[in-house]
Amino acid sequence: MEVIEQIKRQAKDILEHIKNKKKPQLESPIRSLGNVHYDIEKGFFELKGQTKSRTLAASTVKTFAQTLKMMGLSKELVETNDIATKREAYYVSKNWGDARFKEQTESDTVMDDVEAMFGVNREQMGFIPEEKGGDIAGRLIVIDKSPDTGKEIRIDCTKFGSGAYSIPSSVEEIKFETNAKFILAIETAGMFQRLVKHNYWKTADCIIISMGGVPTRACRRFIRRLSDDMNLPVFVFTDGDPYGFLNIYRTLKVGSGNAAHLNQFFCVPKAKFIGITPQDIIDYKLPSHPLKEVDIKRIKDGLKNDPFVAAHKNWKRALKQLLEMKVRAEQQALAKHGLNFVISNYLPEKIRNPSSWLD
Amino acid sequence: MVDYQKLYKMPEITRSLHSFGNENNSQEPKLELEKDQPEVEQVKAHEMAKKQREISISEFFEKNRHLLGFDNKRKALLTTIKEAVDNSLDACDDAGILPEIEVSIYDMENDRFRLIIEDNGPGIVKKQIPKIFAKLLYGSKFHSLKQNRGQQGIGISASVMYGQLTTGRPAKITSKIGVNYPAHYYELHINTQNNKPEIIKDEEKEWSKNHGTRIEIDLEGSYIKGSQSVDEYLKQTAIINPHTTIIYANPKGEQIIFPRATDKHPKQSEEIKPHPHGVELGMLIKMLTWTKAKTIKQFLQTEFSRVGNKTANELLEEAAIIPKTKPQKISRELAERIMKAIKKIKIMAPPTNCISPIGAELLEKGLKKEVNAEFYTSVSRSPAVYRGNPFIIEAALAYGGHIPSEGSVQILRFANKVPLLYQQGACAITESIGKTSWRSYGLQQSGDNNPQGPCVILVHIASVWVPFTSEAKEAIAHYPEIIKEIKLALQEVGRNLYKYIAKKRRVKDELKKRDYIEKYIPAVAEALKEILNFSDIEEQNVIELLEEMLEQQRGAIDKMEFDENKNQEYDKDFADIGKEEQKNDEEEIEGKNNGSY
Repeated sequence: MEVIEQIKRQAKDILEHIKNKKKPQLESPIRSLGNVHYDIEKGFFELKGQTKSRTLAASTVKTFAQTLKMMGLSKELVETNDIATKREAYYVSKNWGDARFKEQTESDTVMDDVEAMFGVNREQMGFIPEEKGGDIAGRLIVIDKSPDTGKEIRIDCTKFGSGAYSIPSSVEEIKFETNAKFILAIETAGMFQRLVKHNYWKTADCIIISMGGVPTRACRRFIRRLSDDMNLPVFVFTDGDPYGFLNIYRTLKVGSGNAAHLNQFFCVPKAKFIGITPQDIIDYKLPSHPLKEVDIKRIKDGLKNDPFVAAHKNWKRALKQLLEMKVRAEQQALAKHGLNFVISNYLPEKIRNPSSWLD
Repeated sequence: MVDYQKLYKMPEITRSLHSFGNENNSQEPKLELEKDQPEVEQVKAHEMAKKQREISISEFFEKNRHLLGFDNKRKALLTTIKEAVDNSLDACDDAGILPEIEVSIYDMENDRFRLIIEDNGPGIVKKQIPKIFAKLLYGSKFHSLKQNRGQQGIGISASVMYGQLTTGRPAKITSKIGVNYPAHYYELHINTQNNKPEIIKDEEKEWSKNHGTRIEIDLEGSYIKGSQSVDEYLKQTAIINPHTTIIYANPKGEQIIFPRATDKHPKQSEEIKPHPHGVELGMLIKMLTWTKAKTIKQFLQTEFSRVGNKTANELLEEAAIIPKTKPQKISRELAERIMKAIKKIKIMAPPTNCISPIGAELLEKGLKKEVNAEFYTSVSRSPAVYRGNPFIIEAALAYGGHIPSEGSVQILRFANKVPLLYQQGACAITESIGKTSWRSYGLQQSGDNNPQGPCVILVHIASVWVPFTSEAKEAIAHYPEIIKEIKLALQEVGRNLYKYIAKKRRVKDELKKRDYIEKYIPAVAEALKEILNFSDIEEQNVIELLEEMLEQQRGAIDKMEFDENKNQEYDKDFADIGKEEQKNDEEEIEGKNNGSY
């Protein structure tokens, strides 16, 4: 109900301005890497506090109206205990007459703005993400509640056979039981399938999670809560390319610039990188592909603008090394040494040897 | 001027040149062959001598009629009326009379027309009448440097000859110089062998007019309306001569009256002496033979403008000629030294009060009559000089409104208050318009082409001597000084145009923004209502407050929509003259160029 109060307070402020014949304003934090600060001790991206304010004028009146309408929608959702996906919110806007959105990207941006404006998680505002949270297999019992009866349900993640347990969109109410030694977060569903098929979690006594690219907020929050509650180390296994380093790993570990007001809860500072490093490409003689234009751009941008890279010398070195090598290698490239080389050699060696990790 | 150079290049008529302006022309002496020439050449020269004979003025005319504006039947009709009207206007302006000119065209069938042009001018004294109308290259204007419509005394007599050649009928002239004088009536032919008037009839007549001249010519012609028609010519003449009344009856029996728009006389143009910078060697030698001055110094001081005691001394010193030398004693060589000295010595620019511009205001008024536009602007530049001849450029521009926005802009060209309807592409005015960069003034333009857009551009050049590209006086010659001045005038009206277009754009953007604001204000109020659960009345209140707030912030804006009734000067019937049968124009120009009489 906190959110409703915030929305009402903002709306009242605007109404007061209008009645006093003053231009109303909407203020929200700037959502970009330039507006985050990184402190290794704290372990996540924090907002620096730069805000943008939108004053009602000819050029802003449209987004002004849309932002207010989005706030109204959120209030309605929370009041009626309902939810809407980003896509659904976009379709709801089609009822708003001239203020409707033309593309979903427009409505997503407004939604992110509103979320940042109030400094809350969008789930608290009744908006839920479209995407799947991630898949789990291994030595974990998830304690959830049945949606209809509210009775406690125990879900044993060892009992999904060749399938997996899906992380729900909201993980705040979930509890855990486990005797695993660590959590392994994996970039691709393909690698996850291989590890499941060959009972990796059984032999290594661990929980494995498929992130399917950049981890969703729910996935990040799930790993954070699981690792904190059960006091487990977290290893991250991605491709050896800038996307795996900077988009997947960095976002999981310290959060993003886009929703920086949430990073405190949606990050896993203790995560360690055991994916393919530039040095691995050499040491394991992995087959590689040349870096694409966009990869080079991403590395240079990371070296220049990413506070996370600036704070971690070993990452800076790794990125520079990759830039010099001009190549990238996928997780699957390990199959060069045999399909199960990753299980029999790579992962055990990596986990055994902390000096091969990256922060 | 007659293109003498061209004539010199034509061996057959070389010798006939003498018969042109010279009344006492005698037979050319036979070519004496020198005895020591080889025989072959003697024979050839004899042969050639057989072919060398006097060509008649009519032959010359036949061969060069395009130079004089008689290329085809349609143009012949226009040229004749133009020459007569130009003469009438010049005569009236010189005499300080507000012109009232009647032009009538009667269709006599079989491509024959009778033209009658009658004015209220000062009239012509009896003995001059035959020469003025029936002798080529006779006139008062050729040797004078004065802003006139006519320049060389060839136009009206050429028309008389054209009529005579095509119909065989004489020109009928009536002229009266005052209330107490009789009107003289002449029927005239031109003797095409020796360029002398032949008087068919000479009598006195009763004429109700106090003074004036009436000319009646029958000729072969073709009457078509359109942009190069008599109708259009007379309309444009009325625009550029607002002090003139023209009463016009076309062959279709339609009478059109162009009443004068002002009773104010145009400024009298004054005659000036030639400026040394405008004189060429041949001219200088001729002037030396004509002059009544006793010494060369006196000659320079009296025959030229801007040459005083000091300048004359400097010139002669530079040329190393004794000031007391008799003008007749100046040899070709010495004359050439004077020419060189003229180029070296600094001489003050010629006086410019001799030019009579129309004035920016009247120019704009004339344009308003013709075009119903949103915006008008005009400029009258200060005088400038080319080759020692002072001139003034005036320009006006109309934009938007009823002017079609597709295609090139319309160009109206005038020289010494005479509309130029032909040879637009060959004219310095057109070149100047193309070389002005209209894109920075808000019109579209590709390269050096005419700009595109809803725009009419009017340019007038006034000068003591307008340099035409040909005798037909259809296009202005491309003097850099003139092009520069035209461009400066165009840039000035262009800047005014841009101010208007920019303002119009601003207002349009502003209206769009306001529209935008008003579109989303209800959504703002509605959202607040949803969140705060207030009443519909409150919602309405919020909308009103927001509208008031945003309206106030943006301030008032000018209304810039085109109001077709705003231009009080616009006269639709007037504007439509010459616009019918537009389509036939081009066929006419292409098809009739080679037509014979």
